[in-house]
Amino acid sequence: MSEKVLGVRPRDLTRVRPVMRSRRIRLNPTLVAGLVLLGLVVLVAIAAPLLTPYDPIAQQFTESFLPPFSPGHVLGTDNFGRDIWSRIAYSTRLDLQIGLLSVLFPFIFGGLMGIGTGYLGGKLDTILMRIVDVLMAFPFLILVIAIMSILGPGLTNLYIAVGVVGWIPYARITRGETLATRHLEYVLAARTIGCSSTRIMLRHILPNVIAPALIYVFTGMVLAILTGATLSFLGLGPQPPTPEWGAMIAEGRQFLLLAWWMTTLPGLALLVVGVALSLIGDGLAENRGG
Amino acid sequence: MGRAAYIRRRLILMAFVLFGVTVVIFGMVRILPGDPAFLILGDRATDQKAAELRQQLGLNRPFLEQYWMFVSGFAHGDMGQSLLYRQPVGDLVLTRVPITLALSGYAMGLAAIITLTFGILAAINKGRWPDQLIRIGFLFALTTPNFWFGILLILLFGLTLHWFPVAGFGETLPQHIWYLFLPALTLALQLSAVLIRNLRGQIIQTLRSDYVRTAHAKGLSERLVLLRHVLRNALLSTVTIFGLQFGFLVGGAIVIETVFALPGTGQLLIQSITARDYPVVQAITVVSAVLVIVVNLVVDLSYSVLDPRVTYE
Repeated sequence: MSEKVLGVRPRDLTRVRPVMRSRRIRLNPTLVAGLVLLGLVVLVAIAAPLLTPYDPIAQQFTESFLPPFSPGHVLGTDNFGRDIWSRIAYSTRLDLQIGLLSVLFPFIFGGLMGIGTGYLGGKLDTILMRIVDVLMAFPFLILVIAIMSILGPGLTNLYIAVGVVGWIPYARITRGETLATRHLEYVLAARTIGCSSTRIMLRHILPNVIAPALIYVFTGMVLAILTGATLSFLGLGPQPPTPEWGAMIAEGRQFLLLAWWMTTLPGLALLVVGVALSLIGDGLAENRGG
Repeated sequence: MGRAAYIRRRLILMAFVLFGVTVVIFGMVRILPGDPAFLILGDRATDQKAAELRQQLGLNRPFLEQYWMFVSGFAHGDMGQSLLYRQPVGDLVLTRVPITLALSGYAMGLAAIITLTFGILAAINKGRWPDQLIRIGFLFALTTPNFWFGILLILLFGLTLHWFPVAGFGETLPQHIWYLFLPALTLALQLSAVLIRNLRGQIIQTLRSDYVRTAHAKGLSERLVLLRHVLRNALLSTVTIFGLQFGFLVGGAIVIETVFALPGTGQLLIQSITARDYPVVQAITVVSAVLVIVVNLVVDLSYSVLDPRVTYE
């Protein structure tokens, strides 16, 4: 009946324009600096084969321990005579992939969990919060290491281990935002005209609560990349001779005085990626007046 | 809700979390497909050895009985036998815990000093160069991999300048302080990076409040207002974060111990993983979780000391 009177379906009435999309993302110096830096890193990752003539795992014993700025090897070579620049460049792919994939699933899962429990409340919400309490009791790195010790080293297991706790921040953020949103007029209006809970959560609440969670993604990526590098430093990550920054740092440790560049340079690469992502996160947060 | 009721509820929650923690750890090996005995033994596995291990770990008993053995064992301090060292896990872990705790405590102390100094400095110079410099500096500290930073400190202050030892933790207290300085500093800088941001924001916010204006109007010195009036309120949320970061700190300590060759739980954990000494991994995970739970409880309860206005919801 209502459809006839109004001449529209509830679906059309509640086509929401998300707050985030209508407000353009404004560029600020922090955000620009982060984007430029990350752009360069991504470029290195994509163009790695073009940027270096060397195979990152090809050993050349006659060329070992060359210091940076040696002819043919800008950043020097390691104990196996492998070119450090090409190992760093190829590792960029791996570390960016670790950052992206270990955040992607936790973000989706955690975000939806937070919205669902925040909106529906009740037992579901209580159960979720107790699970969070239990998982938060473990020191993050120790739990990840313990899980890795059972699953065994390797990339997929790393994603699983990080994911077990990784979804919590997103769930907490969207849950909090949803709790603040669920009594707002537009949500009540949607409910009044008979929208289903699923529709309200996905079409009305989600677009409005997702922005803070998205900002946290960048912090989450920094954390994931650092965790990945730490695990591979401890020998639990991708196995040698795969070039990975954390593993390179570990390999260089025994030659610290002989070849300082073996440990120092891969760490700088990690630092650059971390700073780039943090600047983007900070820049976006500034945008929201945070 | 009164304080007593709050504490009671908080303790019930803690008991629940402890229960959850044991379930998670207990379940970890057992939910995996395949035989845990073979999983733990790895390439050392033979049918006979696996049968022995199943017997030793009680894996051939009913599920609930296994869980009960696990929990009551822990409650009695009996955490099983180390497969690698062939000695009780409890003794093995408990001799290592003090080193990890000392390192974490030292790092917390240093972090408090660093945070207070730079947090206040940044807040009173808001927007000017000292603030910007601190912001950028600690952005780097936040994103620097701590194991790498530790190695750099070893390279610079240990191997090149010879100011600090590069491994071990000394014999006497002054030696401990000296030996543990670099590892504690490594942890402290990263921890401070999180805290300074928060403290700076809190101080700036508090400086705008009415009672601070009143204090100024009374003619109190800048210093007195800042230290006695502003800081006490601003610190409230920073202390919470400080407590929440304890888990992060213990995790960091694990890695830093391997970098600085400190014989703490971290080193034991890494060793045990390589050797698939599962009972030890299990014990360290439980012990560290219990530590975090206790610290968080203490932080929660200490609110009332810092801020008498706190109501317990």
